[in-house]
Amino acid sequence: MKLTCIECPKGCMLTIEKTDAGVIVEGNDCIRGKRFGEKEATNPTRTIASTVKTVFEKMPVVSVRTSSEIPKGLIFQVMDEINKVVVKEIYPAGTILIPNVLNTGSNIIITTDMTKILK
Amino acid sequence: MSKEVKNYDVVIIGAGPAGLAAALACDDSKSVLLIEREARAGGILKQCIHDGFGLITFKEKLSGPEYADRYIDLVSEKKNVTLETLTFVTLVEKTESGFKINMTSRKGMQTVNAKSLILANGCRERTARQVNIHGDRPSGVMTAGNAQNFVNLMGLLPAKRCVILGSGDIGLIMARRLKLEGVDVVGVYEAKQTPSGLSRNIQQCLIDFDIPLHLSKTVTRVFGNRRVERVEISSVDANMCPILGTEEYFDCDALIVSVGLIPENEIAETLDVPMDMKTKGPFVDQNMMTLVDGIYSVGNALHVHDLVDYVSQVSEIAGKNIGHESKRDLVQVETQGCMYVVPQYIDMNSLDDKVDFFFRSKTDMLKAKVSVSVNGEEIYKKKYLALRPPEMEKISVPLNLKKGDKISFVLEAENESACPIDTE
Ligand SMILES: Cc1cc2nc3c(=O)[nH]c(=O)nc-3n(C[C@H](O)[C@H](O)[C@H](O)COP(=O)(O)OP(=O)(O)OC[C@H]3O[C@@H](n4cnc5c(N)ncnc54)[C@H](O)[C@@H]3O)c2cc1C
Repeated sequence: MKLTCIECPKGCMLTIEKTDAGVIVEGNDCIRGKRFGEKEATNPTRTIASTVKTVFEKMPVVSVRTSSEIPKGLIFQVMDEINKVVVKEIYPAGTILIPNVLNTGSNIIITTDMTKILK
Repeated sequence: MSKEVKNYDVVIIGAGPAGLAAALACDDSKSVLLIEREARAGGILKQCIHDGFGLITFKEKLSGPEYADRYIDLVSEKKNVTLETLTFVTLVEKTESGFKINMTSRKGMQTVNAKSLILANGCRERTARQVNIHGDRPSGVMTAGNAQNFVNLMGLLPAKRCVILGSGDIGLIMARRLKLEGVDVVGVYEAKQTPSGLSRNIQQCLIDFDIPLHLSKTVTRVFGNRRVERVEISSVDANMCPILGTEEYFDCDALIVSVGLIPENEIAETLDVPMDMKTKGPFVDQNMMTLVDGIYSVGNALHVHDLVDYVSQVSEIAGKNIGHESKRDLVQVETQGCMYVVPQYIDMNSLDDKVDFFFRSKTDMLKAKVSVSVNGEEIYKKKYLALRPPEMEKISVPLNLKKGDKISFVLEAENESACPIDTE
């Protein structure tokens, strides 16, 4: 399997091979690339960022992201969870909107400080 | 309206990441006015909600708003910095002792004086009008940055089914963003033979989401009465000219254009700041001072950066230098083989031990070498396995120059390898 490492803008081209002895990663410039390659072969994960609707006219949506990476296969299901929420209060950045989303161990957190805009 | 003209040591135009970092780095003894035309500071980062910012500065993968907030909070603690939002700088004039800055805000017209000026006003996107598309001009043709603003700040979906023209990073980021919101993204079409965006964005925005990328293809016509209804896409030859007979048609209600960013330099031009045709921003020395004494240029106004961390770093250099200016002795860096190199000049009188150079290659290169020489003698070299124009590189070069020295920066392919690199 060949793919570009997404850990940093350098974008190393990785060659990933699953063998009996484990996963072999080549082409990485650093340890993060090796870890990324190993995970891609076993359990690929991603951070996702989106927005959530609010009740505030001055700020119709607020940005959110997963606090840590979630399994790649769950991206659209997590989006469905995010889209169910409407924010009715003014929160600072970092506030957890959905704890442990779909049992992934990751939280959906607010990334724009609403207090700076609405207070 | 008061007619009293305020005097500042420094006026910074633009409170994006560049302006914020510059303000933060200014010495506490300097009075600083930071001017922003929008309602809040943060610049374009306000709408870049995806993660990947701050890897270098904070060793974390932050979203754009979070990265901006860290700087906004630090700047708000600085007593010597005043932030004026919803204020637009219309004209700057050179005076005997510095600069006269004219601006408009809800308070009306206002003028302030400054000894130094930092231009941190960012870049703008090339629009569909600047590429050769024929046909109707219906609504639904927009830049990727506009689409980003609609979705991420206004909460509006600008399309149900869209075509993306150009493979710039914002286009790639928006392809993924729209797909996440349930939009049918037909594909990304790029006239060049290689993508313009970062490789990692091709991976995580397109490949991850099964969005096709078509190279050597472009949109040649847009159809639709009031709203975009369909587009015509043609293959292009090596000179990017459409090839007759290759037309394909796709129904869609939006055409999203991501065909490049251009530094915003109207103010610099009216001040006769000499410009580099390659970067489309001013020439600067290692302190980010333009060739006009007292005027600095930082961030995307200087040259388009793909990493906000570097924007902050470079802007900090400018802020720190203010108050330490002396008479300059500039030598131009002779360059060869690069798309561009920044800084283009070195001030020999204010050399620290190291100078950070940023450069981009002209084309995709495998195995390349950068070397910096003084009077023909190599003082620094670095080898690269691969270089791509979208990926800006940074090198730190220890420099020691004296009057009359010549400095050159050369990027060349390394041809000593007898066996070609296996690209399979
Ligand atoms: C639409 C768009 C999307 C981008 N998305 C990404 C991304 O996803 N990831 C990434 O790494 N980089 C992205 N970039 C690049 C990004 O711009 C830089 O990383 C960084 O934000 C540049 O910082 P800056 O402060 O130089 O410019 P900006 O962030 O553009 O800030 C410039 C500021 O100057 C203000 N200004 C301009 N003119 C005036 C005036 N006359 N008077 C008063 N204020 C003025 C503007 O309102 C703005 O706030 C994007 C750029 C654009 C244009």
